[in-house]
Amino acid sequence: MRKGVRNWGPPLLLVSPTILILGIFVYGLIAANIQVSTTNRHSLAPESEFVGLENYLALLGEDRFLHSLFNLVMFTVVFIAGTMLFGFIWAWMLDKGVSAEGVFRSVFLFPMAISFVASGVVWRWLLNSAEGDRASGLNRIFESLGLGFLQNAWWNEPIWGMAAIAMPAIWQLSGYVMALFLAGFRGVPQELREAARMDGASEWKLYRFVVFPQLSPIALSALIIVSHMSLKVFDLIMSVTGSIYQTEVPATYLWVTLTSNDYAKSATIATILLLLASLFIIPYLIQTWRSEKANR
Amino acid sequence: MRKRRLSIIAGAALAGLALAGCSPAAESADDGNANQVEVFTWWASGSEKVGLDALVSVFDEQYPDVDFNNAAVAGGAGSNAKAALASRLEASNPPDTFQAHAGAELTDYIAAGQLQDLSSFYEENGLNEAFPATLIDQLTSDGKIYSVPSNIHRANVTWVNIDVLESAGIDPAVAPADMDAWIADLTTLKDSGVETPLSLGTEWTQMQLLENVLIADLGAEGYTGLWDGTTPWDGPGVATAVDHYSQLLDFVNSDYVGLDWDAATQLVLDGNAGYNVMGDWAEAAFVQAGQTYGTEYTTWATPGTEGIFDFLADSFTLPEGAPHEAAAIDWLTTISSAEGQKAFNIAKGSIPARTDAVASDYPAYQQTALKSFSEDTVVSSLAHGAAAAASWSADLSSAIGKFGSDRDSDALIAVMVSAASSALG
Repeated sequence: MRKGVRNWGPPLLLVSPTILILGIFVYGLIAANIQVSTTNRHSLAPESEFVGLENYLALLGEDRFLHSLFNLVMFTVVFIAGTMLFGFIWAWMLDKGVSAEGVFRSVFLFPMAISFVASGVVWRWLLNSAEGDRASGLNRIFESLGLGFLQNAWWNEPIWGMAAIAMPAIWQLSGYVMALFLAGFRGVPQELREAARMDGASEWKLYRFVVFPQLSPIALSALIIVSHMSLKVFDLIMSVTGSIYQTEVPATYLWVTLTSNDYAKSATIATILLLLASLFIIPYLIQTWRSEKANR
Repeated sequence: MRKRRLSIIAGAALAGLALAGCSPAAESADDGNANQVEVFTWWASGSEKVGLDALVSVFDEQYPDVDFNNAAVAGGAGSNAKAALASRLEASNPPDTFQAHAGAELTDYIAAGQLQDLSSFYEENGLNEAFPATLIDQLTSDGKIYSVPSNIHRANVTWVNIDVLESAGIDPAVAPADMDAWIADLTTLKDSGVETPLSLGTEWTQMQLLENVLIADLGAEGYTGLWDGTTPWDGPGVATAVDHYSQLLDFVNSDYVGLDWDAATQLVLDGNAGYNVMGDWAEAAFVQAGQTYGTEYTTWATPGTEGIFDFLADSFTLPEGAPHEAAAIDWLTTISSAEGQKAFNIAKGSIPARTDAVASDYPAYQQTALKSFSEDTVVSSLAHGAAAAASWSADLSSAIGKFGSDRDSDALIAVMVSAASSALG
C-alpha cells in the first residue's frame, strides 16, 4: 500500500497544479458559462431563473445571428482554402530545391510573428474601400498601376466582404502551414524517392503517388489548427473594421452583447462557438487516439 | 532518492500555487486611509485627461485632506472601462464613484440596484435650480436622479465647408429649414460635381445621423416619446425619417462604413465634402487645423432641429456600497460646483451643465452652445447612451448598420419596433 502511494503519488502531485488550474479556469468556467446560458439573465441584475434552451432557440431563429454565422462560414472557407493552397505550394517549391531556402522560409514565416491586432491595423488601411481620387492602400496601388478596374470595396461588399477580411489571415498563416507541410515533405524517407526513381517514375508521378499520400496526416493537423483559429477570429476583425454589422461573426457579436450587459445571450453565443469548435476538434482527437493505439 | 526529490519539487509547486491564490489582489487603493476617493473613468488621454487633471486640481483646493485616487481604464472609447467596471460591480467591489453617460445608459445599473439615489444631493446643493429644467427631466428616472453631469456635448450639429457650398451657389450662412430643403441643397451640391456632399463614418455616426433625422421629423416631443413608448416606432413619423435617412445615404462617401468619425469630419475640413453631422467635439479638429469659424467653416443645428439641443453628458455616480462614501460625495460636490465645471469644460472643450456659467470665460463656439443649451429644448442622444439602455441601442446600431448595406426600410422599422417592445417590456 505504502509502496503504491510512492509510485503514483509524486507524479500526481506534479501534475496536480495543472489539473487544478485547468479544472477551475477552463472546465469550471465552461460549466458556469453553460449555466448562465440557460437563465434569463439579460441585464446586470443578478436575479435570474432557469429557462432551459429558450436562449438557444431565440438565437438560432435570429437573422442577425444567422448573418454572423454566414460571415464566419465565408471567412473560414476562404481562409482555410487560401492558407492550405499557399502553404502547400510554397512547401512543394521549397522541397523541389531552391537556392537560399532559409531566406524564403523566414520570409514566409515572419508574418506569423506579428499579432493579428498589429497586422489588422495595417490591413485596415490597405483594404480601405474608397476609390478614385481618395483611394488609399490597395486601391491606390491598382490606380497608380493603371489597373483601376481592379479597385473594389473589399470588406464593404455585401456578400463577399468576409473573403477580403480573410486576406490578412491568409497572409499571416500560410507560412505556418508551409512549415508544417515542409516538415512533412522532409519526413518522407529518401529511400522511397530513390526506389520510385529506380522504377522509372517521373517527377510528377513520384510526388503524386509516393510523397503526397504521406502528407495526409500533416494536412489534417494543419486543417484542424487553421479551422479552429478561424472559428475564434475576433482580434483581426475588431482591428480591421471594429464591431459592425457588415463583418459581424459570432465572436464579435458575443462581445457586443457582453458590453451591453446581456449576459445570458453572450453566454449562449459562447456555448455555440464552443460546440462549433468541438465539431472540428473531437474527430481529430478520436483519430489521434486511434492511431496512437494502433502504433502501440 | 530521485522519487523523494520529485515529490519535494511537486510539493513546492503546489504550495507556490496555493500561496499565489492567497496573496491579496493587486489593489491600487490603500484601504487603510478613509480620506480618499477612488474615481473610475475612461479619461486616460487627450483633452479628457487634461480636463480630469484640471478637475482634480480644483478638488485638491476644495478638499485638501481627501486623496484623489485615479482608477482610469484606457481604450475603446470607454468599452474597456465598462467591461472592467461590470466585473467589479459583479464582485461587489465598486469604486467610490464611476463615470457613465448620463441618462438611459444608467438603466441597467439602476435596475440591478447598484446605484444610490442622489435626489437629496441635488436638493442640498441647489442643482435643481442650477441645471436647466429640461435637463433635469432627462436625468430623472422614476422620480429619482442617479448621476451628476460633469460636461455637456451637443450631438445635433452640422459642420459646413463654406467654400464647397459657395462654389455650388448655396448660401452657407442660412441653414435649410427642414430635411426636404436640405436634401434639395445636397442634390444641388452633387449636380455641381461634388462627389460626396455629405460625409459619414462608422456605425455609431450613422446612428447619430439617423437620430438627427428622427429629431428633425418628429420634433422634440415626438422624439422623446420614442424612448418612453408614447411615440410609436411603426407610425408615419418614423417611416418619414427612415425615408429621409435613406435619401441622405445617397449623398455620402462610398467608404463610410470603415471611417472613424474624425476621418469623416476630415473630409469636410479638406473640402472633399460639404456637410458632416457630428457632435461638437469636432470643433477641436477644425481649430487644430487652423480654420476660422465663419470664414472656412460654419455650423448650424442640423436642418429641422433648430431650437432643440440633442444632449449627451458624462456624469458621475454614487455606487451602492462605495467604500468611501463621504469622500465620493465631496467629489460629486466639486464636479457640480461652478469652479469644477468651469475648469473641466474649458480644458475639454465641452460646456458646463450649470446655467450660471459666465459665457465670456469660454471660446467662441462654446459660447453659442452655452446660449442654445440654456434656451433650447433638451432631448437625449441615442448614439451616446442618453436615450436608451445599452442593449436597446446596441440592437438599433446593428439594424442601422445593416440598413446601410441593404436599404430595406421595412426590415429596419421591424427591428426598431421589436427592439422597443423588448426594451420597454
